[in-house]
Amino acid sequence: MSNSTVDVPLQGGFSFDLCRRNDMLSKKGVNPPSYRKTGTTIVGLIFQDGVILGADTRATEGPIVCDKNCEKIHYMAPNIYCCGAGTAADTEAVTDMVSSQLQLHRYHTGRESRVVTALTLLKKHLFNYQGYVQAALVLGGVDCTGPHLHTIYPHGSTDTLPFATMGSGSLAAMAMFESKYKEGLTKDEGISLVVEAICSGIFNDLGSGSNVDVCVITKGHKEYLRNHLLPNPRTYISSKGYSFPKKTEVLLTKITPLKEKVEIIEAGEAMEE
Amino acid sequence: MDLNMNDLNQPHSMGTTIIGVTYNGGVVLGADSRTSTGMYVANRASDKITQLTDNVYICRSGSAADSQIVSDYVRYFLHQHTIQLGQPATVKVAANLVRLLSYNNKNMLQTGIIVGGWDKYEGGKIYGVPLGGTIIEQPFAIGGSGSSYLYGFFDQAWREGMTREEAEQLVVKAVSLAIARDGASGGVVRTVTINSEGMTRKFYPGDKLPLWHEELEPHNSLLDILNNPGPEPMNI
Repeated sequence: MSNSTVDVPLQGGFSFDLCRRNDMLSKKGVNPPSYRKTGTTIVGLIFQDGVILGADTRATEGPIVCDKNCEKIHYMAPNIYCCGAGTAADTEAVTDMVSSQLQLHRYHTGRESRVVTALTLLKKHLFNYQGYVQAALVLGGVDCTGPHLHTIYPHGSTDTLPFATMGSGSLAAMAMFESKYKEGLTKDEGISLVVEAICSGIFNDLGSGSNVDVCVITKGHKEYLRNHLLPNPRTYISSKGYSFPKKTEVLLTKITPLKEKVEIIEAGEAMEE
Repeated sequence: MDLNMNDLNQPHSMGTTIIGVTYNGGVVLGADSRTSTGMYVANRASDKITQLTDNVYICRSGSAADSQIVSDYVRYFLHQHTIQLGQPATVKVAANLVRLLSYNNKNMLQTGIIVGGWDKYEGGKIYGVPLGGTIIEQPFAIGGSGSSYLYGFFDQAWREGMTREEAEQLVVKAVSLAIARDGASGGVVRTVTINSEGMTRKFYPGDKLPLWHEELEPHNSLLDILNNPGPEPMNI
């Protein structure tokens, strides 16, 4: 968190007083309840005709896996998608909000959204909330100026890169990219490198796990490959199957129709003048 | 040194080496390319020399988010100003806008910026805008965590009235020296030269930089180092 601790009344903007109080309380041992977080591996790379995004599908709440197959590649615009890591609620909220702003902007201008527009809207929001909106994003898309890939950090800083990783598994995934990425990959090479990077997060990072989602965006076309790879299928399924207790039995069914409403129309006299 | 996972949640800071030098006819700006979160290098090829207008560039240091916002605002103000004026903005105006934002929001911002550029009234000019939001016109300015290794070097090596080539070589040498000693600086060296003719960018990859005390040639395999023992150990 930022260390601007000089006590001077701020001029306008948001007040972060309660955040500072909460910081003080948690330093004294009163911890707030934990949020649902996506301890995550998310990645993206630029290949010869577009962008490929990838994500794992594990959501955690402290040490517990609370969703084994969640979606971390969010829709921004028909030609732009965004992977989210951090607090699940924040990544979901911020991407939804910006995607609706982009939709309105498209209605207004009648043109395809640009990736930099999404980038600016996202970084503006995150900077305003000074890192308290905990969303770390990998933004990718193809627009009239070509393919673009950006990373956005919770404090609102952005980078532009040919390949990017984020989340707790970013180190494992970056190791794959650093050793195998080259310019001008084909689509198949790109997808398999993204899958490899996500798998290295899934298998080497405790916060990441389950399946691999992939999204390929090219000029005028996109392919959302939900559960592209399932490297962790259920190993045990009961041979006897599962039985559930009988539901409450229906003993009697009687339908009483509603009474018809009788409407009386008086043939009154015509109004005179 | 432990690699704590919490490091990844820290704000992005640019443990940096940034330099601006004037020469006879223009300015040279230089920077390394490392952006880090705690102990992790988040971007090893970042561009810390940011364009404001055709003739004014800045070197950013400190919090990445803060310095990006400041430069975005100043670029926006300068574009408006250029349109109203009908001619390019001066370096002084650009530096003053940076100062205004840094000073008025000094409690919120953690960023030090070096503004450099060329205009027809004053020629090549360098302005430093450090943390508190003061403004200093300097013949050369250094900033970021790597700058502490360079004060002595610049006192010795900087001269009035250098040529363009001399100034560029000085900047590259200085940044590579700081990269060698400062853990928070690294990657490649980028330079921007601005003069009456316009601007030129140059890029020096990390494996083409001069080697300093006890540095080894880059190798692809550890076996190469075993087979070719390096320079003789130093005898005192």
